[in-house]
Amino acid sequence: MQFGVFSVGDVTTDPTTGRTPSEGERIEAMTRIALKAEEVGLDVFATGEHHNPPFVPSAPTTHLAYIAAQTERLLLSTSTTLITTTDPVRIAEDYAFLQHLAKGRVDLMMGRGNTGPVYPWFGKDIRQGIPLAIENYHLLRRLWREDVVDWQGKFRTPLQGFTSTPRPLDDTPPFVWHGSIRSTEIAEQAAYYGDGFFHNHIFWNIEHTAQMVNLYRRRFEHYRHGGADQAIVGLGGQVFMGATEAEAKRVFRPYFDNAPVYGHGPSLEEFTRATPLTVGTPEMVIERTLGFADAVGDYQRQLFLIDHAGLPVEMVLEQMEILGREVVPVLRREFEARRPAHVPSDPPTHASLVAAGPDAPHHLVAPVRAAEQAAAVAR
Amino acid sequence: MSRRIVVITAGLSRPSSTRLLADRIAEAVGTQVSARGESAQVEVIELRELAVDLATTMTTGGMPTPAVRRARDLVSSADGLVAVTPVFTASYSGLFKMFVDILDTDALTGMPVIIAATAGTARHQLVLDHALRPLFGYLRAVVVPTGVFAATEDFGGGEHDSLTARITRAASELAALVVAETGSVAGFAPSSEDLDGVRRRRSGNDLPTDVTDFETMLGGLGQ
Repeated sequence: MQFGVFSVGDVTTDPTTGRTPSEGERIEAMTRIALKAEEVGLDVFATGEHHNPPFVPSAPTTHLAYIAAQTERLLLSTSTTLITTTDPVRIAEDYAFLQHLAKGRVDLMMGRGNTGPVYPWFGKDIRQGIPLAIENYHLLRRLWREDVVDWQGKFRTPLQGFTSTPRPLDDTPPFVWHGSIRSTEIAEQAAYYGDGFFHNHIFWNIEHTAQMVNLYRRRFEHYRHGGADQAIVGLGGQVFMGATEAEAKRVFRPYFDNAPVYGHGPSLEEFTRATPLTVGTPEMVIERTLGFADAVGDYQRQLFLIDHAGLPVEMVLEQMEILGREVVPVLRREFEARRPAHVPSDPPTHASLVAAGPDAPHHLVAPVRAAEQAAAVAR
Repeated sequence: MSRRIVVITAGLSRPSSTRLLADRIAEAVGTQVSARGESAQVEVIELRELAVDLATTMTTGGMPTPAVRRARDLVSSADGLVAVTPVFTASYSGLFKMFVDILDTDALTGMPVIIAATAGTARHQLVLDHALRPLFGYLRAVVVPTGVFAATEDFGGGEHDSLTARITRAASELAALVVAETGSVAGFAPSSEDLDGVRRRRSGNDLPTDVTDFETMLGGLGQ
C-alpha cells in the first residue's frame, strides 16, 4: 500500500503570528515537504494545480521535475490535474516528458478543479465540465497510446497526423486516477477504463465517501477489470498529532478555526466527528485510518493533507516525522494483515505496467471496447 | 393511502405567530384531505432548531449534518409542503432562505406548496407574491394560487374571519393537488415521465443509484 501527502499549495496567513509567507517561501516549503516525504519513508507526494491566488502551484510538472531531480524513490503525482481546462495535448506532452526525467516515478490524478472562473479564463464553459472531462481524457489516452492521431471532437481543434512527443517512457503511459467528490459520472469514467478512483474525503462524512467508492467498485467489476474488491482506490485524510490529544488540539485549534473552507464554521470537535480529520495522538490516527478500510474496503493509496491553513513549514515537517516514523509503519503492517490475498496492495506503478507487457489492457485506449470487439469476432 | 404533509416554519420566538399560523394551515389541510377521503399525516420542521446545523452545512462547503440530512429527506419525500416565514426587512427571513438554500435544486420538483407569511403589519403582504412565489417557482414547485398572509391584527378582531377563509381556500387548493392521481391512461398519450431529461424529485442526500453507461456518454460526444 502507498502512503503519502498531498498539498493544495495555499498561501495562508499563520493565524498565531499574523505572518504570511511569500509565494517563493510557499513553493520552497512544498519542495521541502516533498523531500521530507522520501526521507521519512513515505511513498507519494502529490501537488494540486491552481491558476488563482492564494494558491501557488500553477506549473505542476515544473515543480515535480525539480523534486524528481532531488529524490530517488518518491512517486510524484497530482491532486488534481485539470483535465477540463488544460489542453490534453499539453498534458500528454508534459507528463510524458516528466516520466522520462523521473524515470517512471509518475502518475497523475484527473480532476475538474474547484474554481468556477478558471473555465472562462481558459476559454471553456463550466456547464460543459463533465463532457470536457470525458472528451479530453479520451483524447489524452489516444495521444499516449497511438503514435499518430487523427482526431475530431466537440471542444478542441481537430488533429490530423499528430504525434505527441516524447512518447511515454517505455511506451507505457502513466497510471491515472480520477478524483471526484460527488460526480457519479467520474466514478463511472474511472471504472470504464480500469483506472484508479480517488476520493478527497476530507470535507465529507465517510458514508458519502463510501457511496462514491462503492459505485466505482461496482462498475469496475461490471466492466470486467476484476472483482469490485480489486478496484484501485485512494483516499484523502487530514491529521494533526501531538504527544497527547489535548496538546494536539491546543496547537492545531487556531489553525482549524481560521482555515480556508471550514474556518469560522463548525467546532474542531464537530468537524472531527463528521469528517476523517483526526487531531490527537499517533495511536488515534492509526485507529481512525484503519477504520477507513471498514467503510470503503481494502484500498491502495492513502494521502494525508498536512500543510494547509497557514501551518508553518517547520511544524509540518515535524508532523511528517511522526507520520513517517510512527504512524505509517504500523498502518502498512495492519492494512496488509487485513487484506485478502487477491486484493492488490499497491496501485499499478511504471515498473508493474512495463512488466505486464505491451499486450496488457493498460495499453488499450478503451479496454472494454477492445474486449467486446474480440468477442464479436470470436462469434 | 395516507398523505404526508410537511410544514416548515421559520418563527424565532416561542410561541411564535408564525408557528401559530403554520399549525392552523396544517390543521386545515388535514381537514381538506380527509374531506376527499384520504388521511393526512403532518410533520413540522422548526427551522430555529436547525439554525446551527444550517450554518455548519454552509461553512463546510455543503456537507450536511445528520439533522440537515433528516430534514432534506423529510421535505423531499412529502406529498405536500406548507412553508411559513416571518417577514424580515421586506422579505422572507434569512433562516428561511438558509433552509431553502441547502435543498437540492430538484428537492421540490412538482411539489404542491402553500406559501404563507406573518408580519406586524399588512403593508408587507406582497412579500408572498414578490419573494416567496418566485423562489418556489424557481424550484419547480406547484404553488397554490392562494397565499396566506397574516398580520398581527388578523389574529383578532374583525379580520379574523377573512384569515380563516384564506386558510381554508389555500388548504382546499393544496388538498386537491395532494390527492390527485396523474389522471392519464398509460400509453394513451406521452406523459412527462416519458420525456427525455425529465426531472425527478430528489433530496440530494444520496447519490443516484443508476449511472449513464460510459459508452453512451462517449458516443454522445462522437468518440
